[in-house]
Amino acid sequence: MSLDPALPGAAPERRFLRLALANRSFLIGCAITLMIAGMALLSFFWTPYDITNLTVADRLKGLSSSHLLGTDHLGRDILSMIMIGARNSIAVAIVAVVIGMGIGVPLGAWAAARGGLVDEVLMRFNDLVFAFPALLSAIMITAIFGPGALNAIIAIGIFNVPVFARVARAGALSIWPREFTLAARAAGKSKALITIEHILPNITALLLVQGTIQFALGILAEAGLSYLGLGAQPPMPSWGRMLFEAQTRMIVAPHLAIFPGLAIVVTVLGLNLLGDGLRDLLDPRLRRQR
Amino acid sequence: MTAYLAKRLAIGLVTLIVASAVVFCVLEIVPGDPALLMLGMNAEPEALATLREQMGLNQPILLRYLDWVSGMAVGDFGRSYTYSSPVIDLIGERVLVSLPLAIMALVLSTVIALSVGIFAAARRGRPADTMVMGVAQVGVAIPNFWFALLLIYLFAVWLRLVPAGGFPGWGAGVWPAIKALIMPAVALALPQAAILARVTRSAMLEVLGEDYIRTARAKGMPRRIVLWHHALRNALIPVLTILGLQFSFLLAGTIIIENVFYLPGLGRLVFQAITQRDLIVVEGVVMLLVASIVLVNILVDIGYAIVDPRLRTRR
Repeated sequence: MSLDPALPGAAPERRFLRLALANRSFLIGCAITLMIAGMALLSFFWTPYDITNLTVADRLKGLSSSHLLGTDHLGRDILSMIMIGARNSIAVAIVAVVIGMGIGVPLGAWAAARGGLVDEVLMRFNDLVFAFPALLSAIMITAIFGPGALNAIIAIGIFNVPVFARVARAGALSIWPREFTLAARAAGKSKALITIEHILPNITALLLVQGTIQFALGILAEAGLSYLGLGAQPPMPSWGRMLFEAQTRMIVAPHLAIFPGLAIVVTVLGLNLLGDGLRDLLDPRLRRQR
Repeated sequence: MTAYLAKRLAIGLVTLIVASAVVFCVLEIVPGDPALLMLGMNAEPEALATLREQMGLNQPILLRYLDWVSGMAVGDFGRSYTYSSPVIDLIGERVLVSLPLAIMALVLSTVIALSVGIFAAARRGRPADTMVMGVAQVGVAIPNFWFALLLIYLFAVWLRLVPAGGFPGWGAGVWPAIKALIMPAVALALPQAAILARVTRSAMLEVLGEDYIRTARAKGMPRRIVLWHHALRNALIPVLTILGLQFSFLLAGTIIIENVFYLPGLGRLVFQAITQRDLIVVEGVVMLLVASIVLVNILVDIGYAIVDPRLRTRR
């Protein structure tokens, strides 16, 4: 990244910080993401109520000072369920992104470095995975190998692979013709070494932005799978499953359907804002277009 | 143009063949013997063997694959184990629900997204733009099945305007059938429209910064004509790309949405078939969905050529 002419002499870190503090999407996205992550972490130590403790006398209670978001059909505290559900959503989406990056980025970087047949085969394979409706395949995988958080992670992770492969390849292809890689080649470095030393550090920003987007999509996909009963299994609460259980009780207790859904929307919105903000910050070319 | 089309068709065909091999192999390694599932755990070994013979499960895998593919090529998708009727009949019934639903959702989301995107781009930076795009930002984050639940609560439970779910069938008349599909279509369309509107806006903004737009305005052409004729046409390429990608999301979305609204469509069929291990149905429906995605991608490629004549002469 070159220095911004508007801020001569400023250290890159200070300049980045100043831009970050001026970027509204980034700030709001960061705040929301930290809040959700904090909520999930807090749930390991403390929740308002113990959700394994079923109090049927308190079932389907509305909002009150003792149960801020009400209770479900088994008398469990909704706020506590949402806090623990956040753990599940975040864990599934993060591991799926790690799987996608771990396989996709080396593949994409390899395709870009080798070119020719390797590139062609890998990219056609990518197109093929894209031709399968991701959610349908995820449903197939979880239904065949059994429902559960682990299979949901694998199913979502597989579909992150071609996304990261494509982004890594496109990014790497734009770095290869640059002078510093040419110099590295002239110095006799191997393509693999150049990829690790020069290409990857230069596409980190791209991958980070794509990572946030896939994280958000992963949250949505996990919610969809667990709504269909294919995600985390009870008694582990998950936002999608809470919505499924709410559907038949919506007439008597609409709050059951409202809050888990809001939790999904707020989380995804936060991550998307964070992604937008990061892209603006990390890619000066796009910043000017706004 | 012919060469362009031929190449697209060839790529589509190869995709289909590879996809069929993948689907077949994946379902081949599924735990669970379909013959055993049909007859139950207490089945006589002899009866089991006979059924396996009848279903062709004893033949080598390659032969069964070729059998299956060549059957599909002439419209024979095999027989469902659980429904004991031809898969093609099951699909035929369900398509009449899923296809109208997908088309309604696609048209709705495209119309909304294009008008909102163009509206916002034409008012770039003004309050209307900020507001509309803020709504779109939230819309992108809304899961369609949650939106569906909210619609059910609002329009079916509270206002009692439409049924909360189910499908009366086209035999009950066109209007009742359409009425049952409106809410599912809206639930599918709006989150998609939010994504597409954002793409449309940024594509329009990029085009509006081009020299030829300034030239057109400078020679006195009305703003509206510049916007709709010069800008929109050039902005359509990225919009078409996303539209093609969204079609597969839309198909997948119908699986969840059909479950939310209890609609007897392809999504529910495949979901039930998976849980009942009725693999031949799963294979058939998945191939049909992949084929329709391939077809839509070819249509998108043709769309590129219509929008941008330069592409027609390229290889």
